[in-house]
Amino acid sequence: MVFASFNNIISSLGFSTLENYEAVNKSIVGVKKRILPFSKEEFCVSQIENDQIKSRFSELGDEQLYTKLEQLSILSINDVLQKSGIDPKDSRTLLIYSTTKGNIDLLETPQNNLIDTKRVNLWSFANTLQNYFNLSNTPVVVSNACISGILAIIIAKRYIEKGLYDNIIVCGGDILSEFTLSGFKSFNALSNEPSKPFDAKRTGINLGEAVSSILITNNSKLASVYNTQIISGYSANDANHISGPSRTGDGLYHCLKQLNISETDSIGFISAHGTATPFNDEMESIAFERANLSNVFVNSLKGYYGHTLGAAGVLETVLSLESLKNQRLIKSEGFEEIGVSGKISLIKEHQNNTFSSFIKTASGFGGCNAAALFKKL
Amino acid sequence: MNSITSYARIKNNSVFVNGTLVFSADTNLNITEFLSEAYKKLSISYPKYHKMDTLCKLGFLCAEFAIQNTPFLEANNLDSIGIVLSNSSSSLQTDILHQNSISNKEAYFPSPAIFVYTLPNIIIGEIAIKHKITGENAFFVSEKFDSELITNYCEMLLQNNTTALVSGWVEINETNYDAFIFLTERKENINKNTIFKPLNKQIVTELYNT
Repeated sequence: MVFASFNNIISSLGFSTLENYEAVNKSIVGVKKRILPFSKEEFCVSQIENDQIKSRFSELGDEQLYTKLEQLSILSINDVLQKSGIDPKDSRTLLIYSTTKGNIDLLETPQNNLIDTKRVNLWSFANTLQNYFNLSNTPVVVSNACISGILAIIIAKRYIEKGLYDNIIVCGGDILSEFTLSGFKSFNALSNEPSKPFDAKRTGINLGEAVSSILITNNSKLASVYNTQIISGYSANDANHISGPSRTGDGLYHCLKQLNISETDSIGFISAHGTATPFNDEMESIAFERANLSNVFVNSLKGYYGHTLGAAGVLETVLSLESLKNQRLIKSEGFEEIGVSGKISLIKEHQNNTFSSFIKTASGFGGCNAAALFKKL
Repeated sequence: MNSITSYARIKNNSVFVNGTLVFSADTNLNITEFLSEAYKKLSISYPKYHKMDTLCKLGFLCAEFAIQNTPFLEANNLDSIGIVLSNSSSSLQTDILHQNSISNKEAYFPSPAIFVYTLPNIIIGEIAIKHKITGENAFFVSEKFDSELITNYCEMLLQNNTTALVSGWVEINETNYDAFIFLTERKENINKNTIFKPLNKQIVTELYNT
């Protein structure tokens, strides 16, 4: 059995899973209009306060020696190591890092000369984390657009099932940068207001920054209060278009079909990708209906956090685990009126419910899709 | 048993298929010029190719050379074929192009046609679209070609719902380029005269180094 266990979220809504869950449960939205250092115009984003990072990181290391993403990742991974008590130096422990752009800010801002610009390379970024924690194994880096986070969790499950490792920390992270904001803006994909996934009036994405970590383990003694198994998980490609999803949700449907959902799974909800772009949300609704999941509740957490790219799949899985543990369905923030043609039912208000599992899905550029099924024992 | 049934290698302005040189160009040609010549050698017409960034062109061509003249696509269900690629520099050369387009506020021209290629898994998407391959995807980043990482993950997929794989390494950095793509299928080496080789770390390392 493979368990999804101890975890952490660092975002605009807090530096721990608990802080994040409590904020979301109070419907606090992390996305705000801001003027960013590189632009005179306002962007609607979810940003972590720099002074918060600074004060927290000072207990763990010299901020001069680490980039923003490295500091956040060290804080997040450290939290999981502390909570789980696993030994990072153990040869049966691995770190899998999920990111789209890593230290991309090393391309844009002049850095102090204590940080080697070669750390813009994702493997070099991961080596910095390896050195900080004295990890005995070279971290595995997954960079597969917006499915990176959930794909990294699926990969961790496969590694453990093959018997290569006992404990894998999956960490996902990306920061807000002019690089990604300007790119999504050039696609006309950004919303100037807090995003409204699956809503009739949705106009696009908010970008956000976050780092989230989770322990994936075969050790039932480390399963923690979540006591939740990763039952199955798959990825699939639409083979349709590099920057737009299949109109008929082919790839996502293919993933969902393979999950082998049974009557007894008692699925509480699907944590959808729900970026709030017209095409993505429409595609997802069609895939969910095709997979006979029309009667299962759906939420998107992008209304709280925006799209946190490489962190999203991990962060949304962690928050969903918390939701499962508390037997509480989290409202799909920003949703008011259905604006997709596939028959699905969004969670309109936070509510208690009895359920034993959830599905996490994601889709991204390059036509990629992924889905995984989590179940409480 | 899992067998490597075909492989292609592109480096130093030469293309090798199953270890045999099939095309080479003057080493003075830069990568763009060389890839353009290699594309002609394939004798295919694929307009989407010309929109790709250099990294995708390299990966696309290497996959074409590995797949061309094989029964790979006919012998496997397209939704059971996975694509697993890796490299060292992710999409850094195109990242720099996008960064340059936004670094000057007086000449600020970010382009979606460039930005979409600032993700390494777009290579997977391009290969998938060409052949309608809809199975598993993964893109890994490692300092050097890591035959253990790739072989292990291929084996994990082949134990699951995947029956065949397009996998390998597609790298471009500021000084060099290097591509290696191999096809793996769940097949025995029935005819001893075929080039089939068992999928394992040693063989993958050997094929990469030839």
